[in-house]
Amino acid sequence: MAGKVDALYFYIVAVSVFFTVGIVLVAIMLAVKYRRRPENMVATQIHGNLPLEIIWSVIPLGLVTVMFFWGAKLFNEQEMAPKNSMDILVTGKKWMWKFQHANGKREINVLHIPVNKPVRLTMGSEDVIHDLFVPAFRVKHDVMPGRLSNVWFEATKTGSFHLFCNQYCGTEHSRMVGKVIVMEQNAYQAWLGGDTGESPVKSGEKLFTSLGCATCHLSNNAGRGPVLVGIAGKSIELLGGAKVVADDKYLYESITEPAAKIVTGYQPIMPTFKGLATEEQVLQLVAYVKSLKADSTAGPAPAEAGKSAPVTADSPTTTAATATPAPGGAQ
Amino acid sequence: METTMETNAAMPAESPLYNKRNYLNNGYSLRSWFLTVDHKRIALIYLASITFFFILGGFFAMLVRLELLTPKGDFMTSDGYNRAFTMHGIMMIFFFLIPSIPAVLGNFLVPLQIGAKDLAFPKINLLSWYMYIGGGALALFAMINGGIDTTWRFYTPYSTGHASGYVVTTILGLFLMGFSSIFTGLNFIVTIHKMRAPGLTWFRLPLFIWAMYATSLIQILGTPVVAITLSLAAVEKGLKIGIFDPAYGGDPILFQHLFWFYSHPAVYIMILPAMGIISEVISCFSRKVVFGYSFVAISSMMIAVIGFFVWGHHMFLTGQSQFAGLIFAALSFLVAIPSAVKTFNWTATLYKGSISFEAPMLYVFGFLGVFLIGGLTGLFFPALGLDRHLHDTYFVVAHFHYIMVGGAIMGYMAGLHFWWPKMFGKKYPEGLAQAGAVATFIGFNLTFFPQFILGYMGMPRHYHEYVPEFQFLHILSTAGASVLAIGYLIPAICFGWSLLFGEPTGPNPWNAKGLEWEKSLSPPPTENFSEIPVVTEEAYNYPDAEATVVTRS
Ligand code: HEC
Ligand SMILES: [Cu+2]
Ligand SMILES: [Cu+2]
Repeated sequence: MAGKVDALYFYIVAVSVFFTVGIVLVAIMLAVKYRRRPENMVATQIHGNLPLEIIWSVIPLGLVTVMFFWGAKLFNEQEMAPKNSMDILVTGKKWMWKFQHANGKREINVLHIPVNKPVRLTMGSEDVIHDLFVPAFRVKHDVMPGRLSNVWFEATKTGSFHLFCNQYCGTEHSRMVGKVIVMEQNAYQAWLGGDTGESPVKSGEKLFTSLGCATCHLSNNAGRGPVLVGIAGKSIELLGGAKVVADDKYLYESITEPAAKIVTGYQPIMPTFKGLATEEQVLQLVAYVKSLKADSTAGPAPAEAGKSAPVTADSPTTTAATATPAPGGAQ
Repeated sequence: METTMETNAAMPAESPLYNKRNYLNNGYSLRSWFLTVDHKRIALIYLASITFFFILGGFFAMLVRLELLTPKGDFMTSDGYNRAFTMHGIMMIFFFLIPSIPAVLGNFLVPLQIGAKDLAFPKINLLSWYMYIGGGALALFAMINGGIDTTWRFYTPYSTGHASGYVVTTILGLFLMGFSSIFTGLNFIVTIHKMRAPGLTWFRLPLFIWAMYATSLIQILGTPVVAITLSLAAVEKGLKIGIFDPAYGGDPILFQHLFWFYSHPAVYIMILPAMGIISEVISCFSRKVVFGYSFVAISSMMIAVIGFFVWGHHMFLTGQSQFAGLIFAALSFLVAIPSAVKTFNWTATLYKGSISFEAPMLYVFGFLGVFLIGGLTGLFFPALGLDRHLHDTYFVVAHFHYIMVGGAIMGYMAGLHFWWPKMFGKKYPEGLAQAGAVATFIGFNLTFFPQFILGYMGMPRHYHEYVPEFQFLHILSTAGASVLAIGYLIPAICFGWSLLFGEPTGPNPWNAKGLEWEKSLSPPPTENFSEIPVVTEEAYNYPDAEATVVTRS
């Protein structure tokens, strides 16, 4: 991705240099040629020239149109995480970054990831707006309180890279920095395996019971709330007929702001869990709801598997997937 | 500019060079200044006030640049640094740049250029200064009591739920200042519609008037929105009512929408007037009509209008919908076109001119250089995929300083030097002033060009401490800032010298076209014109080498 971003960057640099140097040179030449001197005391009046006006409107328009489509295409790629991405939970707070890997391993201000594997960050903030920025991989996204943010990237070289908070967040904003450590696949697996935490899905499952979600959301239609199995990624019909895709952001909002969008056929009785669950717990609940697949009727099953291997965005894998070579994202 | 004024030769020798009965000596009491309704006197008290805030803003800039000499925060605490750059932004943007050209040169020139005795609402004009200074006093009060660290953007929920200090007081100050801006805009719009001299049709207006008109539109349509937005933030902070803070059920992105709805167009409040000045000065010092006059005039209006629909380009990475992002990006690219058109037309104006290089014109050349860079680097952000990398880095800092410091201040300086003889009837030392223009240009570029590179390397904004590999460029930048400071000091010396020792210039030292030069004296009398002028010709009707008769009627 870095290469693709840089290509666009250098295209715009080229256009800019061309116009800056061109116009400055022309202006200097004109200034010298038509400087006031005894034989050039009176100017020749020229009121304008329509064809010229058209030309110098249309050419820039053409050039920026290219920039627009190029930039838009790139942005679209940056927004669409590949299917084989691995998920990592990120919570920002004044003034640190907390990361949780799919198997539950946690770290603070340092993020270990494997090389050549798309990584999808699911992010939330506990207080103010932060922004996760890794210049080396040209990746950046705001981390908002009260809503979930996603961004993905793929590290294409191993090493240690800066990680910055890029949105002003108070006193220690400039110390809300860290490192991204990119490792070879095996090294990463070894690093990951050394620690046995509780996976986000597993934590989510526990919360689902302890917070009482399970009392309303049953695995059959008998509950007071809709069945959550298999809803991730599906189109949901809301009260009033509007449709919405149940992506991460929607699931997050359903938990923190249930009244915002009411599923058709249900009463708005779900309480908000905003103050009751921490930012990270909400992200874990989202991870859990996403793991509920229609075929695996017993909800928790996928979570067990997730323990030993990174859970991919799409479906949990059971083995340490022999790193699928990156498709589009590589440079 | 009118039939009675036949020759374009220098002023007749017998005309008294210094106008003895002028607005400056029409009363010396404090009352005669602070309760004046003369637009020219109000312009001067604005000049004094904004200069004060400029110095203050500059002081904070200096603190910031000194701190950034080293990667570690060894000069100030983090809180001190955060407050310094916040105060720098607030003082410079709200209390210097936004009022600068409109309130000083606009106030002085709008009636003079359209052949009116004053603005439409002289008392509201005075009131607007009181609003401004009241707002400034509140902001100063907050500053003296420790200042605030919200950045000039007041992003929620930080500003409402987390920041300490006199945030609400500062916001109140900005609210007042906003009304001063609205009143000025209102006054200009009515004046330009209703008080133009006979014969002065829209397409005979000086381009500075077009620019002021476009600016005024933004001021009256945009400022109320930011005033309301900031008030809502103050309400949220004071009363803990959830509007923008998700902790109380509010929406932080809503704040950003509302804030940028004003604050993007506000950039045009700063740069459009400067563009107007560039047109005036380049025409006078090339002794030529501005090439493509109507395109330059209309492009100001297009910038003002399209400029209202691009605010979302500050929010591509907030999670705003991708569709919204696309629309904002497309419109942001579109708004570049009228600026490009202006630049091309200015350059073409030089063609076959008779060009001289006094200080105002040097500032114009400086403006062209930095505005090109500032404008073109604006294209990097609506290229969505690239904004991902550059957003909120030093690349942005460099970009908007090129527009707002490079562009707007160079334009302001060009205008001040150009109209100084009109305002005070006295010469400034030309050679020294030219040196000032050159120093400003060099200092400016040395300060801000390295910041583009820093941004591309990944240096985020608002950083008190940074990683060591960025240090070299920061040192360059700070070095440039000291040259820039000299560049600003020189005009101050020139103007001070001029007030004390300057020789009288006569009504039209540049031999320029325009009612203020041709029909009024220097300094102008309180009533501006002895009789209401009648306009019978186009703007910038300079003599034509190819015409047999030197002047047309
Ligand atoms: C009092 C019963 C109740 C409890 C407890 C409850 N919910 Fe709900 N939930 C509902 C109802 C009813 C709806 C549908 C109406 C709506 O959209 O608000 C719903 C909707 C949802 C949806 C959107 C489903 C869809 O099909 O779009 C999600 C996701 C969800 N809840 C998750 C949770 C989680 C996670 C918890 C526990 C933290 C929880 N709920 C606790 C009643 C409940
Ligand atoms: Cu932060
Ligand atoms: Cu903008």
